Amino acid sequence: MIIDDLINRMGGWLKGVGPNADIVISSRIRLARNIADVPFPHWAKKPEAEHILTLTKAVFEKTPLLKDSLYVRLDDMDSIDKQFLVERHLMSNEHAVRSAQKALLVNPDETVAVMVNEEDHLRIQVMESGFDLERTWATINAIDDSFAQNLPYAFKPEWGFLTACPTNTGTGMRGSVMLHLPALVMTRQINRVLEAIAKLSFTTRGLYGEGTQASGNFFQISNQVCLGQREEEILDNIKGVIAQIIEHEEKARQALLQDHREMLDDRIWRSYGTLKNAHIISSNETVELLSMLRLGHDLGFIKGLTSGLINELFILTQPAHLQKIENKKLTANERDVKRAEIIRDRLAKLS
Amino acid sequence: MLCNLCQKNPATVHLTEIVDDQMSELHLCDDCARKKSIQMEQQFGLSDLLGGLVEYGKQLGAGADKAQGVLQCSACGLTYEDFRKIGRLGCSECYTSFSKQLGVLLKRIHGATHHVGKAIPTTAPQASQAPPGPGPGKRPRTKTVDLEELKVRLQEAIRKEEFEEAAQLRDLIKELEKSKKTNPKGT
Repeated sequence: MIIDDLINRMGGWLKGVGPNADIVISSRIRLARNIADVPFPHWAKKPEAEHILTLTKAVFEKTPLLKDSLYVRLDDMDSIDKQFLVERHLMSNEHAVRSAQKALLVNPDETVAVMVNEEDHLRIQVMESGFDLERTWATINAIDDSFAQNLPYAFKPEWGFLTACPTNTGTGMRGSVMLHLPALVMTRQINRVLEAIAKLSFTTRGLYGEGTQASGNFFQISNQVCLGQREEEILDNIKGVIAQIIEHEEKARQALLQDHREMLDDRIWRSYGTLKNAHIISSNETVELLSMLRLGHDLGFIKGLTSGLINELFILTQPAHLQKIENKKLTANERDVKRAEIIRDRLAKLS
Repeated sequence: MLCNLCQKNPATVHLTEIVDDQMSELHLCDDCARKKSIQMEQQFGLSDLLGGLVEYGKQLGAGADKAQGVLQCSACGLTYEDFRKIGRLGCSECYTSFSKQLGVLLKRIHGATHHVGKAIPTTAPQASQAPPGPGPGKRPRTKTVDLEELKVRLQEAIRKEEFEEAAQLRDLIKELEKSKKTNPKGT
């Protein structure tokens, strides 16, 4: 498998199916793991970092769960390809920026990604469509078990898995759920909800994880604590919080339907109209409008759409994706034109 | 004198580090010095919010400097001061080298002191080289430690105004006394 194969398919976690798929986009778990007695990536010398690459690549190759995966070194990759992988949520921006002695493994349906030599020697990520942390955990736990049989993990019984940053020490696990909460934003309840979440020691991030702003009514909520709780407990706590947020969002949607039906109709149909007719559109505007389109689909206003198609538009209209589709560098203006063209084209096919 | 890093430009920034009475010097040119400091700042800027780690680390680091010279990991050479600046540890052995400071820090970050999640399998491979064992004074404290000895150390810590250490000892003593009560024969 090579990178260019990815452009013509959609990641398994973008199918728009699974429990509560109208509000929950995806469930993600990542595990931070290190090899004992080798300096962590930021502190390792070149031969030590190379040693990690060799050691882990050999283990990936004999892990049945990672069969037919894509494996790339980032050192010499061009910046569009790297950005393309970030846009697909397969690796962090940090991994793209400092790419010496770094690698990435992606399984064929893009539900599993492993970053090598990011902040930790291994960052294992599993993503599934919808609200399904159990399945996500089962998959990542099995991969982790298999790695643990073959790699000397840095582990101390007292403190668990040892990580470069002490915020991850313990389970090394971060579970996160990506939510679409347009009604809580429109009814101005979102800040209250986010404040309550912060009090329970969960964090809220934007679409691309750490250091990104929430946009288009998308919020990623994840645990902060890694020590003193079992993985299942941590995930149960997240599930509990997310279930409550889903309930609030559903109530807010009902309230909007009852009391502000015209406003809702207007915003959704205007957004649909703009997306179907625009000839120049920025990525910010696209995210905002697609959020409304998604709401219109979820509420049953707009027929003939699928969550999968809307998700696909989110991914395809990003800068590096547009340039991969065109197979050349595009200026910001050229991208805005191409973006509008792709959206018009996909939406025209429906009606 | 040429810069130690690029070996091209004249060195204008001179750093001296004293570790266990061993003095090491680093001479850098303007460019390399700037790069090094930007590198550190960026790493820190991108790091997680550590809930007051910086300020807190300063206090811990300052205490350690006074008491025992520069704190440094015996395996990878990272100093506690480095950790304080970049917010990242150097290797798995740092957890042993800085066990006292990290014990406090982990409690502050996670509100807990012990891992209860999954463990590595008993059949897991061992690291190729044996990690350097902790020195006799550094061994992590276990429940077999004599209660009286702990009380003496607590008094000592209070006298030296090492309050972090004192608090840890106090908690440990409480814990031991509680387990003695519930299990009078001892474990």
